Amino acid sequence: MAITRDEVANLARLSRMSLSDAELDALAPQLEAILGAVARVAEVAAADIPPTSHAVPLTNVFRADVTRPSLPVADVLAGAPAAEEGRFRVPRILDPDE
Amino acid sequence: MTDVSSTSTPAAAPAVAAAAAAVGGSRRTDDVVRLTAAETAAAIAAGELSAQDATLAALDRIAKVDEAVHAFLHVDAEGALAAARAIDARRAAGEKLGPLAGVPLALKDVLTARGMPTTCGSRILEGWRPPYDATVVSRLRAADVVILGKVNMDEFAMGSSTENSAYGPTRNPWDLSRIPGGSSGGSAAAVAAFEAPLSIGTDTGGSIRQPAAVCGLVGVKPTYGGVSRYGLVAFSSSLDQAGPLARTVGDAALLHAAIAGHDPMDSTSVDLPVPPVVEAAARRDIRGLRVGVVRELAGEGYDPGVQAAFDAAVEELAGLGAEVVEVSCPHFTYALAAYYLIAPSECSSNLARFDAMRFGLRAGDDGRAGAEEVMSHTRDVGFGAEVKRRVMLGTYALSSGYYDAYYGQAQKVRTLISRDFAAAYEQADVLVSPTTPTPAFPIGDKVDDPVAMYLSDLCTIPSNLAGGPAMSLPAGLVGGLPAGIQIMAPAFADDRLYLVGGALEAALDARRGHPLLDEAPAL
Repeated sequence: MAITRDEVANLARLSRMSLSDAELDALAPQLEAILGAVARVAEVAAADIPPTSHAVPLTNVFRADVTRPSLPVADVLAGAPAAEEGRFRVPRILDPDE
Repeated sequence: MTDVSSTSTPAAAPAVAAAAAAVGGSRRTDDVVRLTAAETAAAIAAGELSAQDATLAALDRIAKVDEAVHAFLHVDAEGALAAARAIDARRAAGEKLGPLAGVPLALKDVLTARGMPTTCGSRILEGWRPPYDATVVSRLRAADVVILGKVNMDEFAMGSSTENSAYGPTRNPWDLSRIPGGSSGGSAAAVAAFEAPLSIGTDTGGSIRQPAAVCGLVGVKPTYGGVSRYGLVAFSSSLDQAGPLARTVGDAALLHAAIAGHDPMDSTSVDLPVPPVVEAAARRDIRGLRVGVVRELAGEGYDPGVQAAFDAAVEELAGLGAEVVEVSCPHFTYALAAYYLIAPSECSSNLARFDAMRFGLRAGDDGRAGAEEVMSHTRDVGFGAEVKRRVMLGTYALSSGYYDAYYGQAQKVRTLISRDFAAAYEQADVLVSPTTPTPAFPIGDKVDDPVAMYLSDLCTIPSNLAGGPAMSLPAGLVGGLPAGIQIMAPAFADDRLYLVGGALEAALDARRGHPLLDEAPAL
């Protein structure tokens, strides 16, 4: 299966990565080669085989419904790229025209 | 960048120099760093060696060799010495200490530890200091293990060579022009270079066992769910598992016992007793045990020298009284393909958290750009080539129209592989194979060929997909480079790995007259 450069650009957009032209050019043949190598999973997995998503059965973990201290806000914000008035400061979310 | 460099971080340099000057009392540094973890702990417990001197010896060794090896990203000399002194004081006060009290350890930089940076080998986390300890780290601290610092890794644990670290490759102590394996290459190199007797690695597709094999060490992936993943920065959540790297099977068992056990902070942690791994490692009697050689993990693509070392180790097992049988696991040949769909799919989801908003790097925030633009730019400059490749691959495999053909099929292969294991364990108590198809390859050899690189994990991936435990231990040398034998066991039978590994290690060491690592060139 051929992976086009446009498809790679679309994957980059979906993945929230603004890749350079050189990266897009390099990735197209690499992804094609990898997908060619992994496509053989289709050879053996028949319709009647149930999928396994996890090695162990998962159950939800509950704790007693009591309040307890969170991580100190100052410690958490110390690792943030930007903070203001005890909160994360983020770039604008909405378009200026919206 | 202040925290991540080779060994000489601004904070660490004076303390490391002081360490070099201070050691030299009753035992020479070179002798101290060659002690196993068990020997170090015993010497400290007996008062023959202080925890401080053990730590100073490790720091001295790091100062001497790490410029060449580049195992460490961050050396916390002050923190390590403070912890060691506290242990000495408690011992002097007559307190009962743990079986690894005072033993130095190198921590893979994918686990959070308060007071130290956590980078996961990535630019996107450069300088980030987590506000909490991973459960593995809090258990190490509770066991009075001395954490020396953080060691190098493939970015977000994606790789088989530690060449994907944003901070430069780590080198194999057996041959500095070669890879130390990956993604726990820093962990393996630190132990093989005698910078630390113990290290914690993580294994998603073989990232503990493959570096252990190519560096001549013992590496164990515990049963999935046996060791908490709380505070382990997730790559592929259904596969990632932390575990020990050590120079002996007994040391690995001591570390395994220290970190394993149920943790309510991790919903995938299993509430079962920890198998008696320390006792199993010391038993040495495998008469009557059935060892299954996996037919599909041999043949084309396997280096003849690696195969010969493996065959000789299997003969040794037979000589110890084990019954050797051949077993067939027909779907193992599809494991690699399934893995390279499942792991990237989970990684594309897990790495969405690196959004430039809450922690780590933010790039391109000029006051005008919107959040999505800043996020895209940050992820472009913050992630390396392999991470981008896998995020894109996972995005593709999970996208509408391709999901059933790729991800869905891969999850079915996972079922088939689990069934293969179940059938094989009806004929054998443990399964064995070479750990890696080849010895360590030269740095740079496979960087442009991801598919060739992925073959490094051919033998190790099946047990990640099924969740069972697996160990690699040194089988022998191939052209002066180590080759490993892999032992696999059913889920929650981790003690069987240690039983077989302990017996085999003792037999191989006796035949050789010394541990394999003694043959490594001096650094």
